[in-house]
Amino acid sequence: MPTVSVKRDLLFKALGRTYTDEEFDELCFEFGLELDEITSEKEIISKEQGDKKAEGASDVVLYKIDVPANRYDLLCLEGLVRGLQVFKERIKAPLYKRVMPNGEIQKLIITEETAKIRPYAVAAVLRNIKFTKDRYDSFIELQEKLHQNICRKRALVAIGAHDLDSLSGPFTFTAKRPSDIKFKPLSKTKEYTACELMNIYKTDNHLKHYLHIIENKPLYPVIYDSNGVVLSMPPIINGNHSKITLNTRNVFIECTGTDFTKAKIVLDIIVTMFSEYCENQFTVEAAEVVFPNGKSYTFPELAYRKEMVRADLINKKVGIRETPENLAKLLTRMCLKSEVIGDGNQIEIEIPPTRADIIHACDIVEDAAIAYGYNNIQMTLPKTYTIANQFPLNKLTELLRHDMAAAGFTEALTFALCSQEDIADKLGVDISATKAVHISNPKTAEFQVARTTLLPGLLKTIAANRKMPLPLKLFEISDIVVKDSSRDVGARNYRHLCAVYYNKNPGFEIIHGLLDRIMQLLDVPPGEKKGGYVIKASEGWKLFYHNGYQQS
Amino acid sequence: MAAHAPGAGSGSGCSGAGRDTPSAPGAAMADGPVADVLLRRLEAADGGLDSAELAAELGVEHQAVVGAVKSLQALGEIIEAELRSTKRWELTAEGEEIAREGSHEARVFRSVPPEGLAQSELMRLPSGKVGFSKAMSNKWIRVDKSAADGPRVFRVVDSMEDDVQRRLQLVRGGQAEKLAEKERSELRKRKLLTEVTLKTYWVSKGSAFSTSVSKQEAELSPEMISSGSWRDRPFKPYNFSARGVLPDSGHLHPLLKVRTQFRQIFLEMGFTEMPTDNFIESSFWNFDALFQPQQHPARDQHDTFFLQDPAEALQLPMDYVHRVKRTHSQGGYGSQGYKYTWKLDEARKNLLRTHTTAASARALYRLARKKPFTPIKYFSIDRVFRNETLDATHLAEFHQIEGVVADHGLTLGHLMGVLREFFTKLGITQLRFKPAYNPYTEPSMEVFSYHQGLKKWVEVGNSGLFRPEMLLPMGLPENVSVIAWGLSLERPTMIKYGINNIRELVGHKVNLQMVYDSPLCRLDAEPGPPQTQEAA
Repeated sequence: MPTVSVKRDLLFKALGRTYTDEEFDELCFEFGLELDEITSEKEIISKEQGDKKAEGASDVVLYKIDVPANRYDLLCLEGLVRGLQVFKERIKAPLYKRVMPNGEIQKLIITEETAKIRPYAVAAVLRNIKFTKDRYDSFIELQEKLHQNICRKRALVAIGAHDLDSLSGPFTFTAKRPSDIKFKPLSKTKEYTACELMNIYKTDNHLKHYLHIIENKPLYPVIYDSNGVVLSMPPIINGNHSKITLNTRNVFIECTGTDFTKAKIVLDIIVTMFSEYCENQFTVEAAEVVFPNGKSYTFPELAYRKEMVRADLINKKVGIRETPENLAKLLTRMCLKSEVIGDGNQIEIEIPPTRADIIHACDIVEDAAIAYGYNNIQMTLPKTYTIANQFPLNKLTELLRHDMAAAGFTEALTFALCSQEDIADKLGVDISATKAVHISNPKTAEFQVARTTLLPGLLKTIAANRKMPLPLKLFEISDIVVKDSSRDVGARNYRHLCAVYYNKNPGFEIIHGLLDRIMQLLDVPPGEKKGGYVIKASEGWKLFYHNGYQQS
Repeated sequence: MAAHAPGAGSGSGCSGAGRDTPSAPGAAMADGPVADVLLRRLEAADGGLDSAELAAELGVEHQAVVGAVKSLQALGEIIEAELRSTKRWELTAEGEEIAREGSHEARVFRSVPPEGLAQSELMRLPSGKVGFSKAMSNKWIRVDKSAADGPRVFRVVDSMEDDVQRRLQLVRGGQAEKLAEKERSELRKRKLLTEVTLKTYWVSKGSAFSTSVSKQEAELSPEMISSGSWRDRPFKPYNFSARGVLPDSGHLHPLLKVRTQFRQIFLEMGFTEMPTDNFIESSFWNFDALFQPQQHPARDQHDTFFLQDPAEALQLPMDYVHRVKRTHSQGGYGSQGYKYTWKLDEARKNLLRTHTTAASARALYRLARKKPFTPIKYFSIDRVFRNETLDATHLAEFHQIEGVVADHGLTLGHLMGVLREFFTKLGITQLRFKPAYNPYTEPSMEVFSYHQGLKKWVEVGNSGLFRPEMLLPMGLPENVSVIAWGLSLERPTMIKYGINNIRELVGHKVNLQMVYDSPLCRLDAEPGPPQTQEAA
């Protein structure tokens, strides 16, 4: 869940009123946000790096607010305020408009070289924008939040924002050999080739996470203006030349990526959020993108979509009985402008470009429920009549574990994942003989395989409890995993029972007795007869097997 | 250990009859000679006697007399003992030394010869430092700073009276009361005297006083019963303040005790248990079937354990897979879809299931294939796996509890109603619901309960209605809604048993003593568990 941190006083100013922390927390809860933390820059630094480093840092109060992962329109102060103000019916949701420029339209031409590395790009212009320090910071922060979330750490989409007045179109989005790309990147004082930059950024704590996206590719994506100035080398870094500042008035925004839909959503979010500060509020200047096949498209899309939902469907899904008019009003409070049409039971809902999360009527139902207030919904019990059944394997497990405890053994609960060594070398078994399932991306050796036997876990439990008085009598009834090509996934669980007796003397008769007791409980008679049981010496676990016992 | 026998504790009442019988060869005095002497002295005494005085007379430790008093007391009404505390002045070790050898100042005075002594030399004497300043302030000596070889000390008076020594000797002689209050307190400040409180007993005859008390029997033997001698024997009473001997027993693991209770709750509510005995799942069932897009962060290597072997699922229900694919990439069933290129390879990737909802998806798919549709209530509690950063409250594997209800026309109000009943059975009655986002439920709600200990609302579960994009491709009828909720087993267990570090609860580093000592799990019985810290 992304966390957005906003300055409290700035937030209250924009909301046109102040709240106590409790009141604001309550408002967040109702709206589906969470006031996660109240802090300040100073507090954050002092927590992370100690009080000394925090000296002189700002003690302006910050609210850290958790935003649902699909609400990209709430990832900055501007969006949060707009959402809450509309929710509280203090303002109406703005209508976002794409306008054509007075002069020539800005063009971004995609060449075919991009196809293999980053085939999509979209662009738009924010004309006559007015930044302040806070707005500028919020603009940068929003890009970062989008990069971390919907853009999947820049792998799907990367955003570049440029001072349009420092550039001259048309722009070209192409891909070149890294050695052929040379420019002065953001916050550097000289030019580097792309190869050099990739080396430099290996030690950059922020950028090093994105290098893998293009690192071993023959061609790197790059955007030039008509004079050969590098705008950006997505998804890594922008050029220093077109850097935006507090004085920038016209912003050229490009989003490049591997997911066209997400690139369009990201562009829509940025321009809807920040066109608030344009001279013509909530208008965005169009840009044209020419694809390698010659087709050209105009962005941002800023598409409004109409959905039709029956009022009784909403009532039925939520469990309320509101009039269609009231439901339309509730939806409008969620930035979904709605009206009753047709037979009086139909609600027409306008999905704005900021609400890419609305993809089905169920999303609309949820918004109606949120505006109604979850905690105002009458709780009722469904009349669903069912007879309960236990899963037979678990039923047996429950019965058996109680009797194992009654036999004086104590239940252990050990991990299903372990190291290869645990199930192989340490038991004198070759790993290839175990039929174990192997994990491809373990962070440590503890998670290399799924256990094929419960024994290592019990032995480790004993090792960790050596200070306990003897004897230790432990058991576990749980699942192990082995490969099995007859199963759809190629592996299956087996329920095992394992017990261990640990004392100064071996006491084989005790574990043997436990086995007899278990067989008694399972109604299996001793003896060679059919349906009976015998125990035989095993080659397998050598020393261990004498004290440990396993059954599947 | 005391044996249970009639008359135990008051057996002394008829001890006279039994003391000569052969089966009671002891007839010995209770607890040895001191008690014996005590009883005889008491018989002769007029009124009573003091335990400390008796100790002094007998030349034994006071504690020995106290022990005798206590053992006699335990026999019933033989004696009466009244605890008295008296204060007494005693000399400290230094005080003893001074009473013997004189005060430091007196010793300093005596060591100064008429012709005087170099101050430096005087200071080297054992009593030098303390005695010098006292002797100065008593004006017994003086210092000549102008002397040739440095300061020199001379006597001022020819003789003096060592009051300190005299007073301490008085105290030693037990005549502390002869000193004035001020004098005592000055000596105490000099750490020469100390006031001790002495607890003594004033012992007098009890209603069943007797000088010959027979030893009490600790255990009832078969012989005593068969001979009937138990009737005449005194028995030692039980010691109820000591701990009993715990029986040898096996123990169930606390987390699994809580699991048993959750199963019980679901069964009481008519929920059927789903099979969950498959830790290995394909990405398809774990994510795709739940309408979780393939670029979703949960599908990242950082969050999920993928498998190297067997790396891919061998079989998928291809008809259904195609419907899922279409819903993701193009939409359908009233959905816009996610509009991306859905890849079968991605869906085939095997993993360790990240939630039991994968098992729920399989169960719902099986339900959808059974015609006609029958309403169901399902539950499961089993392990899930996350490739997460580990800390005091997070492990790479934990148990998920999940409840699912599928029926025609279920509402959000129904979900809340079921949750209310479920949590009431857990002893949680104050609930509220927060809008939330889950990829596969819409509407979604997080469940919060008011925690009395923490004085705040804490999240206790997550819930919602499964998305139509998940249910309709399975083939469930359109007007069937499925409500579902989930929570972890570890968190309520940690809260219940007051455990702050999850490693003490789950895994081989478990604290077995904790397992041995953990009480029954009665979720609805107690008001609030002893909790110090929030478990995440």
